[in-house]
Amino acid sequence: MTSAIPHRGVATMHHDPRDLKVGLAIVGTGIAGFAAAVFAANRGIATAIAGNTGALAYTTGYLDLLGHADGRAIDDPWAALEALRAAEPRHPLARVPATDIRAAFTEFTAFLSDNGIAYTAPGDANIAALTPAGTRKRTLCVPATMAAGPRALAAGTTAVIVDFERLKGFSAAEVVANLGTRWPGLRAKRIEFPDMARGEVYPEVMARALEVPATREKLAALLKEAAGDARVVGLPAILGMYRPDDVHAELQRLSGLEIFEIPTMPPSVPGVRLRECMEQVLPQLGVKLIPQRKVSTLELDDGGATLTLTDAYGPIRIHANVVLLASGRFLSGGLEAHPDSIREHLLGLPVAQPASRDDWYREHYTDPRGHPVSRAGIEVDEQFRPLGRDGLTHHPRLFAAGAILAHHDWVRSRSGAGIAIATACAAVAATIRTRASNPTVGGEALG
Amino acid sequence: MTDDLILETDVLVIGGGVTGSGVMRDLALRGIRCLLIDRQDLCAGASGGNHGLLHSGGRYVSTDPESAAECARENALLKRLAPQCIEDTGGLFVAVEGDDADFAARFPALCAAAGVACEVLTTAEARRLEPRISERVIAACRVRDAAIDPFHLAMENVDQARQANGSEYRAHARVEGFDIANGEIRAAICRDPRSGSRIAIRARQYVNAGGAWAMDIARLAGCRDVELRYAKGTILVHHERVGHHVINRLRPPGDGDILVPGGTVSLLGTTSSRCDDLEHVVPTADEIDRNIREGAAMIPSLAGSRYTRAFSRVRPLLVSANTSDRAASRGFALFDHEGQGLANFCTITGGKLTTFRLMAEKTVDLVARRLGVSTPCATGETPLPRGAEGRWTEPGAAPRAWYRAGDADDMILCECEMVPRSAIDDIVAAAPDGAASVSLEAIALRSRVGKGPCQGAFCGIRVSSYLYDRGRYTDATGLVKLREFLDERFKGQRTVIWGQQAAQIELAEAVHCGLMGLDALEDAA
Repeated sequence: MTSAIPHRGVATMHHDPRDLKVGLAIVGTGIAGFAAAVFAANRGIATAIAGNTGALAYTTGYLDLLGHADGRAIDDPWAALEALRAAEPRHPLARVPATDIRAAFTEFTAFLSDNGIAYTAPGDANIAALTPAGTRKRTLCVPATMAAGPRALAAGTTAVIVDFERLKGFSAAEVVANLGTRWPGLRAKRIEFPDMARGEVYPEVMARALEVPATREKLAALLKEAAGDARVVGLPAILGMYRPDDVHAELQRLSGLEIFEIPTMPPSVPGVRLRECMEQVLPQLGVKLIPQRKVSTLELDDGGATLTLTDAYGPIRIHANVVLLASGRFLSGGLEAHPDSIREHLLGLPVAQPASRDDWYREHYTDPRGHPVSRAGIEVDEQFRPLGRDGLTHHPRLFAAGAILAHHDWVRSRSGAGIAIATACAAVAATIRTRASNPTVGGEALG
Repeated sequence: MTDDLILETDVLVIGGGVTGSGVMRDLALRGIRCLLIDRQDLCAGASGGNHGLLHSGGRYVSTDPESAAECARENALLKRLAPQCIEDTGGLFVAVEGDDADFAARFPALCAAAGVACEVLTTAEARRLEPRISERVIAACRVRDAAIDPFHLAMENVDQARQANGSEYRAHARVEGFDIANGEIRAAICRDPRSGSRIAIRARQYVNAGGAWAMDIARLAGCRDVELRYAKGTILVHHERVGHHVINRLRPPGDGDILVPGGTVSLLGTTSSRCDDLEHVVPTADEIDRNIREGAAMIPSLAGSRYTRAFSRVRPLLVSANTSDRAASRGFALFDHEGQGLANFCTITGGKLTTFRLMAEKTVDLVARRLGVSTPCATGETPLPRGAEGRWTEPGAAPRAWYRAGDADDMILCECEMVPRSAIDDIVAAAPDGAASVSLEAIALRSRVGKGPCQGAFCGIRVSSYLYDRGRYTDATGLVKLREFLDERFKGQRTVIWGQQAAQIELAEAVHCGLMGLDALEDAA
C-alpha cells in the first residue's frame, strides 16, 4: 500500500481527533448560528460553532423582522407581531416577547456596528428599503451604507442611480423604471468602473478594488460627473468588503455626494461581508469557529453532547454541555427533501410537514400565500428544545433556532433575520436557564 | 360592433403546432399565401410537450402497423431534408427480466411486416452501446429512432414560408367564433387574450390544425363530426443526458418506457391517462413516481436522480372503435366538413410529431384542390433551409456563436446554457410580439434561456434587467412579465422538487419573492 504517504503539509486522517470542550456547541453558520455565537460570547459562555457555508452569503444585508403578513406589506412590525401572536401561536416569532426581540436586534446590530458594518438601530416602523428590481422591501435594520436610499426615496430627493458597463444583473434603468412614478427626481446613469475596461465586471471584484485608495479617488471623480445637479447617488452594493463604513465615508468625502448602496442579486457583497466579519471577529472573542465544515455526527447522553466533524487537518470532536441546532432548511442542509418525505439531516428528528409531496407546493409559484412545504420544520417545546417522535422533549441538552423551526414562512413573511435573531437569543437564554434550574444538566461550568 | 383589426389572407391556418407550421410551409411552397395563428405561441400544446422523438415506427408495430410504416417513411425523409432539427441518435428496444419474452421474440418480425428497420442485438452488445442499461436485460434490438427538436422545426417551417411568399405568423390570436353564411366561413373572429382586442380574419380557406383543441374549434364552426378523446401524458426532464440512443422498453406500450436524449438532458416518459379538461393539465407526484419506477427497470440510475422539470400535455386521439387509449389510433384524420355543410373549412388532427409533414401534405392537397391550385406538394423533396429563426433553440448553438465571435464584452446572460446578450438582441428583433412588448416566454421559446438547471430562476432576472437596459420596458411591465415567466416555468418544476432542487427553489423564492417582491408587486412597487 502506498496510500500511507501523507499529503504535504496536511495531517492524515489516522491522527487522533482533536478534542474541544465547550459549554455550547452551535450547529450552523447562518444568521441564526452566528447570532447565537454572538449572544453566547457576550454572556461569557464558552462556545464552538461549526457548519458548512449556509445561506448567509445569499442575504441582502437587510435584517428583516416581519415585513409581510397575509400577503401584504406591513409598516408596523411590532403591531403585526402582536397579531401574529394571536393568530399563529406556534410561529417562532410568537414564542419570543417583543421586548426580547427588540433587545436581541439591538445587541446583534451593535455587535456588527462595532466591527465595521454599522447598522441602523431597530426602530418602531419598517423601512421601505430599495431592491435591485426597483421595488421596495419592508425591513427593520439596514446597513449604514444603504440607509440614505430609503431616506432619499421618502423625501423625494433628486438622485441618480449609477450602474456599470458589463455588470450583469443590476440595471439602473430597471430601478428607475420601477421606482420612477414614486420618485420623480430619479435618473439612471451608466459609467465604466475604473481600470476595468474590458470583459465582465463582478461586484466582489469591484468591492475589493475599492479597498484601494486610488480606485476610490477615480470612482469619486466619475460619480461627481455622473451626478450632475444631484447631490445623492445610488450604487450597487460594492463599497468594500472588510470595512464598508470606511469605504463609504471616504467615497462620500472625496465626491462631496451622499452615497447609498442597493443590494445586488445574491450571492452579493453584503452577504459575503457579514460572513467574513463573523469569521474574523468571533475567534477574537474566543469562540471556536470551524467554518465551512459539515457536522457529521451528534450524540447526546446524560453527560453532555459529542459532535464530530473533519476539517483540513483531520477529525475534530467537540464535547459540549448543550447543543444548539441552527442548521437551517434545504439551502443550508438542515432539512432534506426526499421524494417521499422531508427529513432532519443530523438526528433524524421528526419534521412537521404536509401529508404528501403533492401538497408541498401550490401550482402558482408566486401565490401570495406561499407554499405549504415552507412551513415544514422541527417542533420545539417552550425552551426551544426539539420534540421527539413521542411529542416529548427529544433531549434536555438539545436546542434549536432559526429557519429549521416549523410553522413559519420566512421568505414570504420577510422575517428570515427576525426568526434567526429572536430565536437564537431565546434559545441561548434557555440553555442558561436550563442549566441553572437543573444542575444535573451541564454539570461542568459553562464557560 | 366594429372589430379592432381586420386581416385578409388566402388561407387561415389555426394552430401553431408542428402540424400547423407544416401546413403553412406546404401552402407557401405551392405558392399559396397564408396566415398562421396560435392562441399562445408556437408549439404551446402537445407539439412542445413531448419526448422530441422521431419515431422509427418500432413503437407502433404491435398496435398500429399502418402508423408504424408511416413513421418509418417520414423518419427517413426528415433525416434527409431537415437534419438541422434532428440528432440521429439511433434507438434501442430493450426487454428486462419480467417482461414478456414472447413479445420480445416476435418484435423483429412485426417490424419487418411494417417495413421498420430492426436489428437484433445480443444483450452484451446492447450494454456495450449503452452501459447504463440494466444488467437484467434479456433482449435487445436496434432501430432508427432519433431525437428531433419540435420548436426548431416549427420555427424553420414558419421561416421558410415567410421567405417563400410572404406568408405570415401571428401569435396570441385565439379563435372565438366564425362568421358563416351560405355554407361558407366568411371570417374567423379572434381575440388577443393579452389585450382583449378583437381581430377578424377573412380567408378563402380555413384550416383547423388545433391539435387537442381541434374538436372545440370545429364546433365553433358548427361541425360535429370531429370526435376526440384526450390522453394526458407526463414526461420528466432528467438533469443530464443519459445515454447516446433513444432507449425504449421492448414490451407493449406502457408507462415510463421511453428515454430520449435531447441536447444536454434526457426526457423520460410517458404516462397515459384519460382527461377531459384541456386547460388544466399538470403532472402529479404519482405520475412522476410511476415514470421513474418503470424507467429505472430499464436504466437503474434513473431512480434517485435529479430531475429539473416535468410537464404534461394532452394528446388528441381519434375516437374510433372501443380501443384503449394506448392502443387507440395514433393515425391522423382529415375532415373536409362538406358533410357538415361547409365548403371552405377542414380539420387535421390526431397523428404524431413524426408524421406532421405527411399530415400537412394531405391537408394542403385538399385546400389546393379547393382553390384550384394544381402545384404538387414540394415538402417531400425540398430541404428545409437553415433559417436564422430557429438557430438559438439548438443546445450549444449560442455558446458556439459566442466563442466564434470572441467578444468578451458580449455578456452571457443565461449561464446554464451560455446565451449571450447578442442572441437576446437577435431574438427580440424577430419576436412576433413585436419588440415593444416582448415576453421572456417568447424569448425562452426561441432560445435555450430557462432550459438549464436554474430553470430560468436567475437567467430570467438577468434577461429581464437587460431588456430594461435596452429600454424595452419603461415601467413595471418587465417585472410582471418576469413573474409570468417564473410562474410558467414552475408548473413544470413543482412535482420534481426534492434534493438539490428543493434548495434551489428555496433560494429562488428568497430572491424572487423575499427580495424582489414578485409575490406582492402591487405593494412593492
